[in-house]
Amino acid sequence: MNEATGQSGHTSALAEAPTPGGLPKAKSGRPASLWSDAWADLRRKPIFLISCGIIAVLVLMAMWPSLFSSVDPFNARTCELATARQLPSAGHPFGRDNLGCDLYARTIYGAANSLVIGISTTIFAALIGGLLGLVAGFFGGATDTVASRVTEIFFAIPSILGALLIGSTFRDSGLGIWLVVISLTVLGWPMTFRIMRAAVITAKSQDFVVAARALGAGPGRIMFRHLLPNALAPVIVVATINLGGFIAAEAALSYLGVGVQPPEISWGLMIADAQRRFLEAPLPLIFPAVFLSITVLAFIMLGDAVRDALDPKLR
Amino acid sequence: MKKTSADVLPVEGVYGDEPLLAVDDLHVEFRTRAGIVRAVNGVSYTVNPGETLAVLGESGSGKSVTAQAIMGILDMPPAHIPHGEIRFKGTDLLKLSEEARTQVRGQRIAMIFQDALSALNPVFTVGWQISEMFRVHRGMSKADAMKKAVELMDRVRIPAARQRVNDYPHQFSGGMRQRIMIAMSIALDPEVLIADEPTTALDVTVQAQIMDLLADLQRESQMGLILITHDLGVVADVADKIAVMYAGRIVERASVHDIYRAPAHPYTKGLLESIPRVDLKGQDLYAIKGLPPNLLELPTGCAFHPRCPYRQDNCVTDVPPLYQISGTRGSACHYWREVLDGER
Repeated sequence: MNEATGQSGHTSALAEAPTPGGLPKAKSGRPASLWSDAWADLRRKPIFLISCGIIAVLVLMAMWPSLFSSVDPFNARTCELATARQLPSAGHPFGRDNLGCDLYARTIYGAANSLVIGISTTIFAALIGGLLGLVAGFFGGATDTVASRVTEIFFAIPSILGALLIGSTFRDSGLGIWLVVISLTVLGWPMTFRIMRAAVITAKSQDFVVAARALGAGPGRIMFRHLLPNALAPVIVVATINLGGFIAAEAALSYLGVGVQPPEISWGLMIADAQRRFLEAPLPLIFPAVFLSITVLAFIMLGDAVRDALDPKLR
Repeated sequence: MKKTSADVLPVEGVYGDEPLLAVDDLHVEFRTRAGIVRAVNGVSYTVNPGETLAVLGESGSGKSVTAQAIMGILDMPPAHIPHGEIRFKGTDLLKLSEEARTQVRGQRIAMIFQDALSALNPVFTVGWQISEMFRVHRGMSKADAMKKAVELMDRVRIPAARQRVNDYPHQFSGGMRQRIMIAMSIALDPEVLIADEPTTALDVTVQAQIMDLLADLQRESQMGLILITHDLGVVADVADKIAVMYAGRIVERASVHDIYRAPAHPYTKGLLESIPRVDLKGQDLYAIKGLPPNLLELPTGCAFHPRCPYRQDNCVTDVPPLYQISGTRGSACHYWREVLDGER
């Protein structure tokens, strides 16, 4: 019997050792996880590097705008009505806006509000929607029904109308930009919920979840160790893409007057101000709009790269 | 030594004359909109330490549902267990709380699945998944658990285990994946291992290796092994006894030797005759006539009667009990004597 055993071990080594996928042996020896492998993958991706570079510059702009511009746009004395809509000149690379303020400085300082609102809304919406979606998808039944109906109620609110309503109702609450974050979160989480719930339901019916149960995993472990990582990729992708969407929505709300309020600076506000004189002076609208587009694009590209990296099967 | 969760398992009770695992008159039904699907209708079998029971039957015969009922991984609802007991060392698992059953799963009774690729979590490395068993149930540190994972991969004869421990399931071949699944299932030294068609998704040469591996592991650890299959060829070398299932019932129960020598149920006989044989090369392969029964509307009397060459009038009306032929051998056929004698 021993001989037969030895033999079967031997033949199996011969027959199965050289699997095609077994090539990346170089990375053995360290505990590889989904995330560290995804990171190794991302580091080599030009799209990821470019989008990260853009986002890094934007973050720098948001945190230390004075690094980029020596003009302080919050100082009213830097604005001169007489020079309104001046074309780019030395010291004022983007020219001046309708009130004669330095357009470059204002564009730089506008990054902070856009990023803070975009990132916080994305985090809150992903947390609320993701957690609810995970629970609803995992437990199903009545839990799912209740959560799904509640989500549909929120889905039914037209987002601009809803945000206008929340924004104008609580205009005097003193929450500032956080009011924008709250109203966008309230209207944005159902998207994450749906995607998370669908991804969890798909993952739940897969054999490895049944196998995990059969090998003694409890409900918490199945939810967070088996379902969540397998359902996370679409949520992260949608969250990053939504981040761009939230930044754009902030601009829309500010444009409509219920978002960021002056004297705060935001790209949406700048676009709203510039729009009235667009035909005679297009630059005050074009510069913030280009910054807005590049920011939104950077996050969408990031989302795309992250999705590719998080799916081991695409590697 | 650190006190492990295995010491505080809820399954105690009398375990003297009781078999290691006993399924006793188990009924499982699925309540669907189309009606009640009676998937398992009074199945009884036992497994003892070191013993291999092969449960044989075609798709829909209830063999997998019985196994899932033992594991407690049936979705209830729609599944219901209106009647029956599953006793592990004398304790009825069906009466345990969900937490207690979770303790039993994986540590005392483990299961391996047909398709190892889909049974492994695609986003974690195989080493992570094997070592998770030790981290969760034995409270080991990451490094120790990883070491144990490599040991286990060696034990299931995965070549270059140390190099491959950080690979993902999709980077392995089918046979290697099944070995990983086996490694996970034996990680906590379960007393009963259920293998649900472990070799169906594999090619023939690899099938034999996996069966050898299971047989060796069982010899080493004296597990009770329940081997679920529809392939008579797979069980011949490995199994001690066989239970043949049809339409949610056991229709024949015998030792491997007896069944191959002389089947006592027309269905078993049909299964044996439908194995391709070298000495009958060129002839048409025998196939059991008709289709598996519709579980929503089981035939009256003996469920096999519409397809049975031995059918008599009373087969349509009377449900045959499991007639005792000798010792533990039984056949649920009114005419088992004729079948046994080979008369047709």
